[in-house]
Amino acid sequence: MSVGASVPAVEVKDLNIAFKTAAGVINVVQNVSFTIGKGECLAVVGESGAGKSVSALATIGLLVKDQSIVTGSVLFRGEELLGRPESYMRKIRGGGISMIFQEPLSALNPVTTIGEQIAEVLVAHGRAGWGEANKKAIEFLELVEIAQAPQRVKQYPHQLSGGMRQRAMIAMALAGEPELIIADEPTTALDVTIQAQVLDLLRRTTRERGTALMLITHDLGVVAETADRIAVMYAGQIVEEGPAKEVLRAPASPYALDLIASIPSYARRGKGLTTIQGAVPSPANFPSGCRFHPRCRFAVKACAASVPDLAPRTGDRSVRCFRADEIKGRLA
Amino acid sequence: MSATTQGQLPVSESPWQQARRRFMQTRMGPGGLVILASIFVFVIIGSLVLPYDFYVVPQPDEIRFIGRPPAWGRPFGETGMLQLDVMTLVANGGRTSLIIGFATAIGSITIGTLVGVIAGFLGGKIDSYLMRLADVFLMIPSLFVILFLARIFQGEGGGGVWSLVLVFVAFGWMGLARLVRGQVLAIREMEFVEAARALGVPPLRIALRHILPNAIGPLVVSAPFIVGGAIISEAFISYLGFGINPAVPTWGNIISESAKFLQQGNWWWIGFPGLFIVLTALSVNMIGDTLRSALDPRGRK
Repeated sequence: MSVGASVPAVEVKDLNIAFKTAAGVINVVQNVSFTIGKGECLAVVGESGAGKSVSALATIGLLVKDQSIVTGSVLFRGEELLGRPESYMRKIRGGGISMIFQEPLSALNPVTTIGEQIAEVLVAHGRAGWGEANKKAIEFLELVEIAQAPQRVKQYPHQLSGGMRQRAMIAMALAGEPELIIADEPTTALDVTIQAQVLDLLRRTTRERGTALMLITHDLGVVAETADRIAVMYAGQIVEEGPAKEVLRAPASPYALDLIASIPSYARRGKGLTTIQGAVPSPANFPSGCRFHPRCRFAVKACAASVPDLAPRTGDRSVRCFRADEIKGRLA
Repeated sequence: MSATTQGQLPVSESPWQQARRRFMQTRMGPGGLVILASIFVFVIIGSLVLPYDFYVVPQPDEIRFIGRPPAWGRPFGETGMLQLDVMTLVANGGRTSLIIGFATAIGSITIGTLVGVIAGFLGGKIDSYLMRLADVFLMIPSLFVILFLARIFQGEGGGGVWSLVLVFVAFGWMGLARLVRGQVLAIREMEFVEAARALGVPPLRIALRHILPNAIGPLVVSAPFIVGGAIISEAFISYLGFGINPAVPTWGNIISESAKFLQQGNWWWIGFPGLFIVLTALSVNMIGDTLRSALDPRGRK
């Protein structure tokens, strides 16, 4: 993919997130860094509880302030977002960074028309007055390829199909003309044929507009078709990061390797599917050393003793593993 | 609308329109509305055609404990003692009773909603102060306060309509405030509220357009019951002789007067105002019950 942007849309550095709980402070995300260029798509992949959604919410400043500790840096338009007051973040949300949620039916207000919910975003960011915003809402529904848009704007969420609801959510996210859209599992609630259409729409509209896309998913099929870059997360850390095609073709971290090998694919037909033993550890008791080592089939003594760094490698990639060189090329 | 190849879309129906349609499809809901509307028509026209002023009622020539039963020209009969037309009393009393019922409902709902939304939306200290205030009002026995205030007002010739409404509202908002607060707390955690925040919608708009419309369902259901409850409370307090000054008729104090002469067989004197109280309470309950099922999301078609 051509990524010719000089200034990235968003630059997250050393993001650390901890939650204050009754049992004490629990670190859920550790030293997460990523950069997304204009018009580029970064897929953040990992199991449930890996810290994907929490990282996204921290980026947009939606974590409850007195229950969480967020440190590090989120640079957007060259300005730091962390620690900004709510009034500043309100302008960023929707107008600079938008978010699309997993379940469109619960993410849309049931008693308000689709049109009003799109117009509301336009008005909130001073893109139009109410009269003009209502007309523009129709244009945005047309942009997301909803047929009969002039009638659809007057409808309520329960009158739309699942795919149309998610298209309407995309229209709302695009309405504020943001430079970054965070899509948190945008297709998980949709059936397979609609998934492909909605993903394609999301990718096309963002690319055309030069909007960066942060796609949170646990579906590697989605990643292969959509993402330019991929960040694989495990237990609150990024374990591998790089161009999506390269990482999917030749993963160099054991977790990414097993994750990819556990998905049926034509290229590896005839070979058995891999399973990863055990379960994701709870943030309250992450194992010592490499957080994946208790489940890793390549683990050696060193893995339990110290945490490997996310080390840069050739081909614009970085991997968090002591044995990356041996593991790369195991797939195929 | 432009015709398209996919044909006409079904008419957009908001959840409110949907609830209204489902309300009108029942027998109970429109039935209750018809009864209540009839009572209104009777009371409004009746009190205009048959005005009543206690201070210009002529003294009867002879004192009779038994009034005259219903007949042509006096369908509700006539009272004993002052020989008043019962229909005139019921129509004029109805006006007062309905004013008390609706004023109490409007007052309690306004204050309850305001307190509930503020407490639920702002949370924190303001929330706990407002809820403790509600607790304080819940702890005071309202009947005691009403009887106490009535004693004071009685020195001035009995209580007024608005002072009674004031007391009803003062002791009627707490349950509603708790109800609304609970709704607001539940709804503000819902995903569409977070989605609105994630798209930069201002907090006031989130409160008014996203949280409030989704929170007022239970409030709408409770409104008819408050109207009925206030009318019955007034009747009950007036019956005890602590309510509205008898110079201003209400259904309650008409019954209170008539009860003194019931043993003489004046069934129409107590019967007609009683019937109107029962019909009002019945109709608002029919409306309220139907609203409850019409607004229940699990029953949506």
